Amino acid sequence: MTPDAEDYSRLTPGLPWLEALQTEGRRRFADLGLPTPRQEAWRFTNLGPLGRLPWRTAPPGSTTLVPESLPSVVPAGGPPSHRLVFVNGTWRPDLSSPGALPEGVVLTGLASALTDHAGLIEAHLGRLAAVDGHALIALNTGFLASGALLALPAGTVLERPVELVMMGAGTDAERPLAWHPRVLVVAGAGSRATLVEHHVSLNRHPGFANLVAELFLAPGAQLRHYKVQRENPESFHLATVTGRLQHDAGYEGFLLTTGGRLSRNEVRLVLDGAGATVTLNGAYLVRGRQHCDTTTLIDHAHPRGTSRQMFKGVLDAEARAVFQGQVLVRPGAQRTDGHQLHRALLLSDQAQIDAKPELEIHADDVKCSHGATVGDLDDDALFYLRARGIDRDCARALLIAAFVNEAIAEITDPTVATAFEALADGWLTPG
Amino acid sequence: MTAVSDTIDQVKGLTDQKYKYGFVTEIESETAPKGLNEDVVRFISARKAEPEWLLDWRLRAYRHWLTMVEPGWAKVSYPPIDYQDAFYYSAPKTKAGPKSLDEVDPELLRTYEKLGIPLKEQELLAGVEPRIAVDAVFDSVSVATTFKAKLEEKGIIFCPISEAVANHPDLVRRYLGSVVPYSDNFFATLNSAVFTDGSFVYIPKGVRCPMELSTYFRINAANTGQFERTLIIADDDSVVSYLEGCTAPKRDENQLHAAVVELVALDRAQIKYSTVQNWYPGDEQGRGGIYNFVTKRGACRGVASKISWTQVETGSAITWKYPSCILQGDDSVGEFYSVAITNHHQQADTGTKMIHIGRNTRSTIVSKGISAGQAQNTYRGQVKILPKATGARNHTQCDSLLIGDRCGAHTVPYIESRNRTARVEHEATTAKISEDQLFYCRQRGLSAEDAVSLIVNGFCKEVLKELPMEFAVEAQKLVGISLEGSVG
Repeated sequence: MTPDAEDYSRLTPGLPWLEALQTEGRRRFADLGLPTPRQEAWRFTNLGPLGRLPWRTAPPGSTTLVPESLPSVVPAGGPPSHRLVFVNGTWRPDLSSPGALPEGVVLTGLASALTDHAGLIEAHLGRLAAVDGHALIALNTGFLASGALLALPAGTVLERPVELVMMGAGTDAERPLAWHPRVLVVAGAGSRATLVEHHVSLNRHPGFANLVAELFLAPGAQLRHYKVQRENPESFHLATVTGRLQHDAGYEGFLLTTGGRLSRNEVRLVLDGAGATVTLNGAYLVRGRQHCDTTTLIDHAHPRGTSRQMFKGVLDAEARAVFQGQVLVRPGAQRTDGHQLHRALLLSDQAQIDAKPELEIHADDVKCSHGATVGDLDDDALFYLRARGIDRDCARALLIAAFVNEAIAEITDPTVATAFEALADGWLTPG
Repeated sequence: MTAVSDTIDQVKGLTDQKYKYGFVTEIESETAPKGLNEDVVRFISARKAEPEWLLDWRLRAYRHWLTMVEPGWAKVSYPPIDYQDAFYYSAPKTKAGPKSLDEVDPELLRTYEKLGIPLKEQELLAGVEPRIAVDAVFDSVSVATTFKAKLEEKGIIFCPISEAVANHPDLVRRYLGSVVPYSDNFFATLNSAVFTDGSFVYIPKGVRCPMELSTYFRINAANTGQFERTLIIADDDSVVSYLEGCTAPKRDENQLHAAVVELVALDRAQIKYSTVQNWYPGDEQGRGGIYNFVTKRGACRGVASKISWTQVETGSAITWKYPSCILQGDDSVGEFYSVAITNHHQQADTGTKMIHIGRNTRSTIVSKGISAGQAQNTYRGQVKILPKATGARNHTQCDSLLIGDRCGAHTVPYIESRNRTARVEHEATTAKISEDQLFYCRQRGLSAEDAVSLIVNGFCKEVLKELPMEFAVEAQKLVGISLEGSVG
């Protein structure tokens, strides 16, 4: 993929450090090119179809929209939430409603944040998502034009979720749009927040979202980070989430994927202080010719870290899914407790699943385990329901819903749990 | 004496005798010129008086090898190997070839005695029915084959592969390279070009092999790689159990061992292949030791056929080995039971591949990895379900045990399913020996080292019980020996 020279976009010219970073990102991407299945991390996901489309970088859009018509996972009528809206990767203040924020909290588009918070951004941008060696991060850095900044001073608690609505609205199927937003979260010591990402398409045109998130969790900070991606089945969605947890920080994440022609969530979290905890769960529901890749790396670098992962997948028709989950325990990360489970249901003869759970352990006083299963629904469970007069289709639907909801039920924010469950049910009973 | 207390004694007895198989036999060798080129390949083929087709096959492999690069994906690290700085053929100098044990160099026989191989026909010594037939490979040439006559009665062929090339060319030509083609991978291709010896087994239709067949491999001459090639064919409804044991003398430099084993099981045939690999692992500082890069693969070609791999890997500086099953026949079964123990600076990257092609194929994987000292131990496995493998079933269990905070244990399974009705389950755990278990044993008067040996033997029991009796005791002893010095 070679974006046109005239399409080169920059965040804000005039800041030498930022220009240097973006130039470096572009240079690295030119060296690396798009990843190919010859690279172990991309063994099962081929970006060939992405590389063949004539992408152009999305210009700042002026698509006419009204805030009331926009999708949301936070139900209307409740207490006001904090909402930032992006169209084709560009922040739209006219559609956003950041709401009332506690003293010192920053929630705004990345470009506008550069005027007032350049120092904060310089200290964090690109520190976790380094451009060297990672083509998608390099691409994002090079063409970064927009994004969101959430900064929480020490001890701040945001009661209501922060919602980022990211919408694709291409206008020309022949010249599809690509955007490379960055989400930057700087959570001070002991702060607490909930961040919801909502990725949708407003029409059937293909789009390419190449998102990078950098999450900084100071000691004791708690971040809940939920994401739903339900873009149209022509879209490409690649997200690389990098996070660093200092001691006793906690991260709870959930990835719900139902959309996209080809999507990948790559989550790389470092437990960079003693006693940090990570819960990372997810569910993907795919059909047609969708390809969904979930790649996680939980890097236990300090003692007494805990990580829990549970991923559930449902594949119908000719869908393909990939799960690669690595748990790394570095030397000295004693008393680490890491657990991972991935289960996939294949509903059709053409569906394909590739799973690669991985443990890499360099410390002895640890408890680590992973489990992976692939198969169809349990015949005994189906028989049990049918013996009670429930027809086959109903029984199957019931069991699939229960299978998926086991993961969704782990979401500790009740509003989001309810919304995600409804989205999953909507997928299971189309029309 | 119970096996456990035997293990403990073994550990005690080894405080000043670390690697008891570390001795060198002085025998004149006839060696090919150092290095690798087409002439060396021709030299090997000529020494073995091979037919034209086999030389061609070797040369094709050699030329293909020149185009390949050494694989780098395994989690092992070692200095680059200079393939030109080794001898590819080393045969003990004998006359026309031994007709009986009497003609075998007595020095050689004494070597085997030290190893404890019952090479001499046991029926004469003990007056009992023999249970193991040994095809001993001394460096590159099989020196003696026992019980041949008894096996011949049943129509079983068990002989050095070079002899099979001469006497059973049709069988060899039909099956050699049919499971591991010469172009398969870097090390298998190298082996195809320069393999010197190994065993050949053919079990005819309906025959149950009356004894365990065994090969004892041993690398002796300095700087010679060992490239043996084993081919086992079990015809319809036959059953065979094959044992392979490996030891090598203690040397400072590293030695390369790149073997290929091919198994073919036809309709309802069963092959059980057991290995105790105890090559010299290098010393405490990681000097010396064998580089063990082995390709082992079995094809369940027939319906309801079964191939079972059991391995106890305690030796070698580096192990790179993935005994695999291609489950082609409907209802065929593949099994892989493995114990891999690494201590000091040893590195092991081992596992299996189960390729499910036929309907209702089943596979079981049980892998136990134990890592101590500064060793790295990796399980790498693949379970692949192809679209036609309706009703396929796999269960994988990988457990790792860590002893000490400087070693590593890694699990890298690949699960690839293309069939809705297939069920694949994978479980892996990593833990250390619990303080409670140790305390319990110590309280009852066991030393820390004995307690570890006892607990580790318990941890491995699921796999060790799959070994034939002859190997089980040796394997238990090895578990104790290998972990020597890992605690306290």
